[in-house]
Amino acid sequence: MSGEVVVRSGGLSTTVQDLGRDGQYAIGMPPSGALDQFSHRAANMLVGNPVGAATLEATYIGPELEFTDERRIAITGADAPVRLNGEPVPLWETVQVRSGDVLGFEMLRAGARPYVAISGGVDVPEYLGSRSTYTLTGIGGFEGRALSEGDRVPLGELGSGGPRPGTRVPEDLRPALTGAPELRLVVGLCSYRLTESALQEFLDTPWKVTKDADRVGYRLRGGTIEFVERAQPFGAGSDPANVVDLGYPIGSVQVPGGNEPIVLLGDAVTGGGYATVGTVISVDRDRIAQARTGDRVQFVPVDVEAAMAARRERAARLEQVRAAVAG
Amino acid sequence: MAAPSTDLPPARYEFGGDEFVFVELDQEMSLQANFKAMAITSALRAENIDGVVDICPSNASYMVRLDPDRLHPVELADELRRLEHSAGELPADFTVRTRIVDVPVLFADPWTRETLLRFRDNHQDPSVTDLEYAARINGFSDVGSLIEAITGAPFIVTMLGFVPGLPFCYQMVPRERQIEVPKYVRPRTDTPERAFGYGGAFAVVYPVRGAGGYQLFGIAPAPVFDLSQRLPDFAEHIAFPKPSDVLRYRAIDRAEYDRLRGEVEAGTFRYRSRPVKFRPAEFLADPDAVNRRLLEVLG
Repeated sequence: MSGEVVVRSGGLSTTVQDLGRDGQYAIGMPPSGALDQFSHRAANMLVGNPVGAATLEATYIGPELEFTDERRIAITGADAPVRLNGEPVPLWETVQVRSGDVLGFEMLRAGARPYVAISGGVDVPEYLGSRSTYTLTGIGGFEGRALSEGDRVPLGELGSGGPRPGTRVPEDLRPALTGAPELRLVVGLCSYRLTESALQEFLDTPWKVTKDADRVGYRLRGGTIEFVERAQPFGAGSDPANVVDLGYPIGSVQVPGGNEPIVLLGDAVTGGGYATVGTVISVDRDRIAQARTGDRVQFVPVDVEAAMAARRERAARLEQVRAAVAG
Repeated sequence: MAAPSTDLPPARYEFGGDEFVFVELDQEMSLQANFKAMAITSALRAENIDGVVDICPSNASYMVRLDPDRLHPVELADELRRLEHSAGELPADFTVRTRIVDVPVLFADPWTRETLLRFRDNHQDPSVTDLEYAARINGFSDVGSLIEAITGAPFIVTMLGFVPGLPFCYQMVPRERQIEVPKYVRPRTDTPERAFGYGGAFAVVYPVRGAGGYQLFGIAPAPVFDLSQRLPDFAEHIAFPKPSDVLRYRAIDRAEYDRLRGEVEAGTFRYRSRPVKFRPAEFLADPDAVNRRLLEVLG
């Protein structure tokens, strides 16, 4: 049985996301996908979906949703008071909903992005192998855009089985939302553009998240970084922060003007002409996804083996979630 | 640093976290660096390695996105180092097989003119147009001579990206004849779709309306990106340009612009293109002769 969920309010910016769209980076199309992959996957596990099913990713202000059939839902990610028909609903827990039930969010207490998984998954059409929304060119997701009032979002067919209502992800497996996340960074790419002391200063500075923080990237402030003086190479452009246009990894950090580091996320611009100085490891993109304007982030240098180990740890933690949810 | 060289420095291998390997072939732009990036990435593509997700050649570098659950980034970097020698050292008879495409452009059009006048405060020289400024700083006597230089020799697509479908195009002329312009002092918040721009040593056609920092010279009647895939050139892919495409920018008048727009809107427009091949070694030895031959193919 397939159905739909009615959007009574889209919140600030709620989009359909899944694991992301691979294979298009070379033409300039980023993968998109849930920014906080841990929360997205855990939410799906709580409702018996495959981890690749599409969920709703809200930003700061959650949506108001009206259900039209019996489903199980789960809300993970940011910490917000959530109500179903006015009654408080626990987070990180399987919840039963019925036709006519209305889910609403209050102001977030911590974090930036709640995820709503619905059993059966959000069943918008796939575009190039993914249901993720990429708003810049208006593709994927629900009509390529954020949800708004009156949208009727299609849901997939319900499978059988899955976690019962009341199933919870134990607290020690949930991510900590501190408001001051450490972001592990593999220093490199064009970090030779920074003087040694500038690189040290970059790592020592607690950077503040500005209001220019969205799915494309987070712009930070809090210090000034000096570039190594040089005659600019041919084709790079005259600014000391400029390099010959090159590819930007997702998670990479560039420092235009020397004072505004930008961390690129799932909707990244895929390349450009600013020197990149390192890359936030994939696992810690989950952390920055939950950072909000005014939060302070600190970069911690690690090597690629540490990045791989962190990835294995996250996979192991997700397996613990799966085991806990399976009861 | 400023002198053109035929030998490239040793490549630099860098990990972009656990999901990317970035390889810088040179800090400065050159066709040699780009040919090498294209050769290595083509060889990598042919290897079809499990866990390689995206292969992204860039101007003087390239980048590979991988799935670290299937392929260790250190292992991939080792393979890329091996390819640098097996595929990146181009033999003298190395041949690029590509296509040459006729890309009509209406220079000094009313739409980009309206935009550039709106953002005059963001520009190096608010008193003149972008074309007038570029002509002056590149030593051309007038805008007409600048346009002749742009349309007189073909460009090669050296990178796609920033936003979907945007081609970075580098002119196939020796460095002393390269046109170079700075980007806007502060980027514009608006650029018309299909605007023809120039920044650094690169020409671009903007796929979609949006922010931009390149100098605005004109507008193309035909799209480079078509999500609806309505035009026949886009039947198989939403982006038209491909790496190593040779593009000939051709100046058109308003009547031809309007006619071509009509074709685009009717869904009948097709880019005029022909298959071509050329040897980078021959090109580097005598660029004008190779360019003449390439342009003749287009007729």
